[in-house]
Parts: sequence; structure tokens; C-alpha cells
Amino acid sequence: MTSFHINGQAMTVDVEDDTPLLWVIRDVIGLTGTKFGCGIGMCGACTVHVGGRPTRSCITPLASVAGAKVTTIEGLDPEGQHPVQKAWADLQVPQCGYCQSGQIMQAVSLINDFPSPTDQDIDAVMAGNLCRCMTYVRIRTAIKQAAAQSKKVTSNE
Amino acid sequence: MFEKFKRFKKLLIAVVALGCLGLVGFGALAWKPAIARVVPPAAASFAPELVAKGEALAGGGYCAECHTTKGGQRFAGGYAIATPFGVLYSTNITPDPETGIGTWSEAAFRRAMHEGVSRDGSHLFPVFTYDHFTKLSDQDVAALYAFFMTRTPVHAPAWQNGIPFPFNIRYLQAGWKLLFFRPGRFEPDATKSPEWNRGAYLALGLSHCGACHTPRNLLGAEKAGNAYGGAVIDNWVAPPLTAANPAPAPWTRDELHDYLRTGASKLHGSAAGPMSPVIQGLAALPHSDVRAIATYFADVDRAADRLSSVSGAVTLAMSSASAKEGTQFDPDTRLYTAACASCHYNAGTTPLAARPDLALNSAVHLPDPSNLIQVILRGISAEEGMPGVVMPAFGGALSDADIARIAAYLRRTRTSFPPWPDLATKIAAIRRQTSATN
Repeated sequence: MTSFHINGQAMTVDVEDDTPLLWVIRDVIGLTGTKFGCGIGMCGACTVHVGGRPTRSCITPLASVAGAKVTTIEGLDPEGQHPVQKAWADLQVPQCGYCQSGQIMQAVSLINDFPSPTDQDIDAVMAGNLCRCMTYVRIRTAIKQAAAQSKKVTSNE
Repeated sequence: MFEKFKRFKKLLIAVVALGCLGLVGFGALAWKPAIARVVPPAAASFAPELVAKGEALAGGGYCAECHTTKGGQRFAGGYAIATPFGVLYSTNITPDPETGIGTWSEAAFRRAMHEGVSRDGSHLFPVFTYDHFTKLSDQDVAALYAFFMTRTPVHAPAWQNGIPFPFNIRYLQAGWKLLFFRPGRFEPDATKSPEWNRGAYLALGLSHCGACHTPRNLLGAEKAGNAYGGAVIDNWVAPPLTAANPAPAPWTRDELHDYLRTGASKLHGSAAGPMSPVIQGLAALPHSDVRAIATYFADVDRAADRLSSVSGAVTLAMSSASAKEGTQFDPDTRLYTAACASCHYNAGTTPLAARPDLALNSAVHLPDPSNLIQVILRGISAEEGMPGVVMPAFGGALSDADIARIAAYLRRTRTSFPPWPDLATKIAAIRRQTSATN
């Protein structure tokens, strides 16, 4: 039995300790916005937040998140209107869309850590998130737009 | 001829007599009386404040860590400790009258803590670190006694220790004590501050830091001349806590405090492995005690002499780290960037606390790569290190060769130390050892 919070809700699951968190999120809890890509933590499609930090859920054993707070793409914003999500929609970033929930989760923490990300920051932090449709140019633009938007929101507060 | 024989006989008698005397003397020294059983004292007979104090001390001494098996009942013993002499199992320290310490008087408990002697008079093995607990005040021992005697009794018979003859002869432990054990309470150093002395009391006694961080001799005793010199424990390295610690930024009082209180320090990274229960245990102690331990170790490692090197170390780390990641074409850089940089990349002049910078991390700078390998293989759970944050486990994802490439890349780009030899072999060995103990 492992207990943790997912998208603000307490959850207890009876699954083997070494089950990847991704399996639990998709198959046990039924939140399918988080995707399976490579299964070895090298493509970023399965990225969720654990304790607010981007985490590759496909290689995170369930036992590791006992007591932790997990956020998936479904829980990022109740209306799907996080500045990064809005920028993604405005610029029509996705093509096939498979990697995008992972891209968005990674981009959200990039902007939190580096409010004015340089190209180098984006390259370094986002390089672990692969997109086979090559939407990288739009991803970069959307990140900069979302960062600018987030700063505007913060300064108006 | 006859004269010669007579002289030889005399000598022989003298030697035998001396030997017998020695044996009798050793026997007298080694023999400890049993302390009579008592009727288990009622829980209500202990003052609640004393029990609460004992609970905090039991946390700061990590008693549960060795006296509880994985998934087992707290303090019921049975935890296997691998020593160079064989496997020893911890004992039941719940107040069960038959299998625990229910019939132990406070005097018997105190003798165990201060002298390493069981209630029945047999010598305890020094895997129970009475060589540290001997420093504890009688008042603290009384509080610990009150805490343990008010736990729920658990019936859990002791496990058979797996140590071979002659090491299993408890009587011989008296010899070990004669050689290496100096009983006695903590004596404050009048030239130091009360805070330093409090930290020293906790570090040397209750929290027994030297048990892992001080190297041991062939007979398993801590080397007196090399206190906190660093040692290998359970396939991890307990790094030196002296000025010999190779981390680029010195362990100052503030860094030590953040690390011990929150599980992570901005200039050193996150606690992991066998250090995790230490952080969890120390959480039971008040802030002032953790600050005191930090004060003591900042003196042990002479951080004050090296304060001026902090900013230089950070600047160097930041320049060695951030310039490299991104869409580089060097295969090692790309592997590292994809697997690690999304979390560990830093930019600007100082690392972010949530992004442990590997250019400042002890594991990358130690002469032995074990800690880095362990963390890559196992990751760090939400309960360990930085609370609530997780590092994934790459053990099932990356091959030994790929982990070796990442480790070699970090060593080459983040430190000025020579490369680690035979990384892939070391990784394979750690994998085998970890799967054998799990």
C-alpha cells in the first residue's frame, strides 16, 4: 500500500513498490494525459511534477513517492489555462501531440526556475524532452511567450 | 644436565603460573554479574515529560534504524547488520518481558548503554555503539529508558547471529573493550562555547557520527587517530567530516545546519542512502541541537579557515557546469543532458536549491565513485534527502556502460581530480551487492 497525493487528492494504491509511477497514474488511477515514451527516462514524455519538481515518472518507483504530492498535466490548472498551456494553444505548438504533456510540465518548471530563460537555458533544460515531429522551434517561442506572460501576471499582482 | 632440567622446570612453572594468573585476572575483569530481573514497570510510573524527552533522544540516536526490520514492528529488532566478522541481528528493545527488555531495571539499561553489558552479564558486541553511548548523561539514559519501557511490548525472539568461532565468544569481548573501549561520560571542553560542547556531546555520544564516518581497524574499532576521516559503509562512502572533505565549498555551520535540518544544502546537495535516516532521526531534536551539531562539525572541518574560498568555488562550479549542456554534439554531453540536465542544470551566478549542482556535489569529488553510482542506480525517494522531491532510479533504465559514461563525464568536466578507474566494473559490483541485500 502506498499513499500519496495526486492533483490535490489523497490516493492510496495497492500495487508493488517497484511499479513505475507512470503505470499507476495511467492504469490504476486512469489519468492518461501523461504518456509512455521510451521507458528509460530519456525522452521526457512521462514528465510529471513530484513536490513541484519535474520528474520522469516511467523510472520513478511507486515507493519513492510515498507521502509526496504528484501533479500531472490534468492537475496543472483546473481550466487548462496555465500560461504555458495558453501559449501552447495560441501558437498551435503540437503536431501529433504525443510528447506535449511532458513538454508542458517540463516547461512550467523551467519558467519557475528561470523566469527569463535564455536560449541556452531552454536548450539545457528541454533537451531531455524529445519531439519526433520537430516542433522545437514552436516550443521555444511558446516558452518565451509564456515566460513573458507569467512575468506580466506576477508584476500586476 | 640435571641442573639444566631443574632450571627449565622452574621457568616452565613460572610461565604457567603467570599464564594462570593472567587468565584469572582476565576472567575477573571479563566477568560481569547479572542484574536481577524486575517486574516490568507500569507505563504510568514514568513522567510524560521524561518519556517525551526520551522519544526525542531516541530519534537523535536513530535507535529505530537498527532496531527495526523493513516492514517490521518498531524497536522489535531482527535487522541484519553485515560486519567483516559476519552478520549480526539487532535485538528487541520493546518492553516485552520474555524477548525484549521488559524485566530490565534502569540500572541494567544504563549498564548496557554505558558499558556494553547485557542484563544477564554477557558482553554486547560493539556493533551496538556503546563506545559512543557511554558518553550519555545518566539523565538522558533515564529518559531513553522511560521512552522504551512505555512502548508497546512486541514478542520477537532474538535471531541467531551469523558470526563464526571464535568471534562469537562474548567473554572475549572483554579483551576488545580492554584494547579499544574507554568508558566515561562526556567531558565538556572549557575552552569552547556551550553550543560547541552541546554539539560535541550529541555527535560523540547520542548521534554516534563516528560509527559511520570514522574508519575502523582490523578488529572493528574506530581508529582513534583518524576521527571522522571517512569510511565505507554498506557500499556507500561516509565522507570525511574533517578538512579532508573534498567538496569544493567548505561545510560551514549554515550549510551543515541546512543539510542536517532539511536534508539538502544549496552548496552540497541532498542527503541520500544511509544518511537519510540520520536526517529523519535528527528531526526529533530541537533546532538548537541541530545548530549545535553544525557548530561542532564546522569546527572539526575548519570551515572558518576556508570561508574565503566559498565564492570562488561557486563561481568555478557555475562556469564549469552551465556552459556545457545543451544541443552539443559530444555524445557524453548529450547523454548527460538528456538524462540529468533537465533537473541539475543551473545558470547565473549561484545554483538554485531545487537544482542540486553536481559541480559542487561531494559524490562527484570523492575518490570513490560509490555514492554517485548508488544515487544514479537507486534514485532518491520523497522521504529521503529533500523532503517531497524525488530523483528517479536509473538502475533499470541505463546500462552499466552508460552510467559509467555519465560518471566519467562529470568527473572530467566538474572536478580537477583524476578519472575514476574501472567504473563499469564498480557499477556491476554495486548492482550485485544491492540486489543481494534487498
